Amino acid sequence: MTNLFEFLNSSVGKKWLMALTGLFLSLFLIVHVSGNLALFKDDGGLAFNQYTVFMTTFPPIKVISYLLYATIIIHAINGFYLVAKNMKARPVKYEAKKNNTGTTWASRNMGILGTILLIFIATHLIHFWYEYKFGEMDWKTYVVEATTDNILKEEVITAADAKAQHLKPATMDYMGNKIIICKDLYGVVATAFKDPLVVAFYVISMLGLSYHLLHGFQSAFQTLSIRGKNYQGLIKGIGTFVFAIIIPALFAAMPIYFLTR
Amino acid sequence: MSGNMNLTLKVWRQKNAKESGRFETYAAKGVSPDMSFLEMLDVVNEDLSKTGIDPIAFDHDCREGICGTCSMYINGRAHGPVKGVTACQLHMRSFADGETIIIEPWRAAAFPVIRDLIVDRQAFEKIQQAGGFVSVNTGSTPDANSIPVSKVNADEAFNSAACIGCGACVAACKNSSAMLFLSAKVSQYALLPQGRVEAKKRVKDMLKVHDDAGFGACTNTEACEAECPKGISVSNIARLNREYAAAMLVGE
Ligand code: HEM
Ligand code: SF4
Ligand code: FES
Repeated sequence: MTNLFEFLNSSVGKKWLMALTGLFLSLFLIVHVSGNLALFKDDGGLAFNQYTVFMTTFPPIKVISYLLYATIIIHAINGFYLVAKNMKARPVKYEAKKNNTGTTWASRNMGILGTILLIFIATHLIHFWYEYKFGEMDWKTYVVEATTDNILKEEVITAADAKAQHLKPATMDYMGNKIIICKDLYGVVATAFKDPLVVAFYVISMLGLSYHLLHGFQSAFQTLSIRGKNYQGLIKGIGTFVFAIIIPALFAAMPIYFLTR
Repeated sequence: MSGNMNLTLKVWRQKNAKESGRFETYAAKGVSPDMSFLEMLDVVNEDLSKTGIDPIAFDHDCREGICGTCSMYINGRAHGPVKGVTACQLHMRSFADGETIIIEPWRAAAFPVIRDLIVDRQAFEKIQQAGGFVSVNTGSTPDANSIPVSKVNADEAFNSAACIGCGACVAACKNSSAMLFLSAKVSQYALLPQGRVEAKKRVKDMLKVHDDAGFGACTNTEACEAECPKGISVSNIARLNREYAAAMLVGE
C-alpha cells in the first residue's frame, strides 16, 4: 500500500492517474453521445425520454454513474494540482517569445481546456441532471401501439399536476397498446436550446473538448507506455477522428438541431 | 571584413544567486558568420573588459557538442535556432545582419542562476547519483559475448546513452520537467541485462530525486525532443513510465 501511495504522489504516478481517468471519461463520452442520438428522432421525445428512465433506474448504470462523478472530480483536482506544480517549476519566465517548435497548441493548454470543460460540466449538470433529479418539470404520457410502436397519442402533464398525482415513471399494457409515463427531459432540452446563448456556450465547450482530446487521447497512451511503430498511427487516428472530430461534432450538432428546427 | 555582421545582444546579467538580475544591451560589431556562438561571445567579452565591464559569464568546456555545459536560451529556443546542436556548435551564419539576439539562462526552479548565463545543474548530478550506474565489483575483464544483448536493445541503449546532460530539455519544457533526461538515463540501463539487476530500485530512486528537486511533471508536449541536441526520443519517457509503474506496483 505504501508503494501505491508513493506512486500516486510521484509525477509519473499522477500522470497515470490522469491518463486512466481521462480514458475512462473518453469511454463514457462514446456511451453518452450514442444514447443522446435519440434526440435527433422526431418522435415527440419518446425514445430519448425512455432512454433517460433507463439511465436513471437501471442499477449497474447507477453504480457506474457514481464512479463517473468520482472520476471527473479526481481528474479535475489532479489536473489542477499538476498545472500548479508545473507552473511552480518555472518561477522566472523567459523574456524572448517562446518558440514552440515541435509542440501543439492543445498540448500546451490542457489546463485552460480542462477548466473550460469543468465549467461546462458543472453548468450542464445543473441544467439537465439536477433539473431531472430534483427540479419540477413537465411529464408526458405516450400511447403506443404495441405491435408497431406507432405513437397513437401523446399528452403533456404539467409539472404541478405531476406533483399533485405523485407520478412515477411507468409502462402499462392497455387494450393491446402501451401507455408510457415519463418525465419530459426532451422538452426541457428542446426549450433550453432555443436560446442562442446557451447554444453558443455548448458549441464553444465542444470545441474545447475537441482540443482537449486531440492532445489528451494520444497523450494518455504515451503516459501508459502503449506506443509502438505499428499502432502509433492508429492511436493518433482514433484520437483525432473519433474523439476530436466525430464526438464533439455530434454533441455540438444537438443544440444546433434544436435551435434551427 | 566583408560579409561580417553587426548584431545587438540583449543579455541577462546577474551578479550572483542572491541578487536580482536584469537585461543589458550590448553591440556585437564585425561578427564573422563563420564564428561559433561562443566565439562571438568571447569577442564581445573582450570588448567589454576593455571598457571596464565584467565579461558575460557563461558555461563552456568542450566546444564541440559533447560536454553539454554551454547552456543558453537564445531567441526563445534552447541552444538557439538550429535543430540538433548545442550553443557551441551554433554558427553565427544562422543569424541575420542587424538582428537583435536575446540570450537568457535556462529558467527552472531546479536550475537556479548562479551568475549571468550560468545555472547550477547539480540537480542533474543528484539524479544521476541516485541510481544512474551499475554496481559491479571490478575485476578482470569479462568475456565478450558472455552476456548476450540483442542488436535492437544495444542500439536503443546506445541512443539513450547519447544524452550529454545539457538540460536543454528542461529549458524547453513548459513545465521545466527533466523527464527526457531522466528517461534517457533510466533507459540506457533498463535496456541492458547488466542494468536489469538494479532496474526497480534505480527508477524509483531517480524519479524521487527528480521530483524533489522541483522539476515539473511531463505533459507529453514534446518540446524536449524537438530541442534535444542529441535527438533523444520521447519513447524513452514512455519506457520510464512503464518501468516506474512496474517497479512500484508489480511484485515485491
Ligand atoms: C469529458 C471530460 C474529459 C475528458 C474525456 C478528459 C480526458 C483527458 C485525457 C485523455 C487526458 C490525457 C491524460 C494524459 O496525458 O496522460 C487529459 C488530460 C488533462 N485533463 Fe482532462 N478530460 C476531461 C475533463 C477535464 C476537466 C474537467 C479538467 C479540469 C480541470 C481536465 C484537466 C486536464 C488536464 C490539466 C490534463 C493534462 C494533465 C497532464 O498532462 O499532466 N480534464 N484529459
Ligand atoms: S535529453 Fe537531450 S536535451 Fe535533455 S539533457 Fe540529455 S542531451 Fe540534453
Ligand atoms: S561547450 Fe561542450 S557541448 Fe557546448
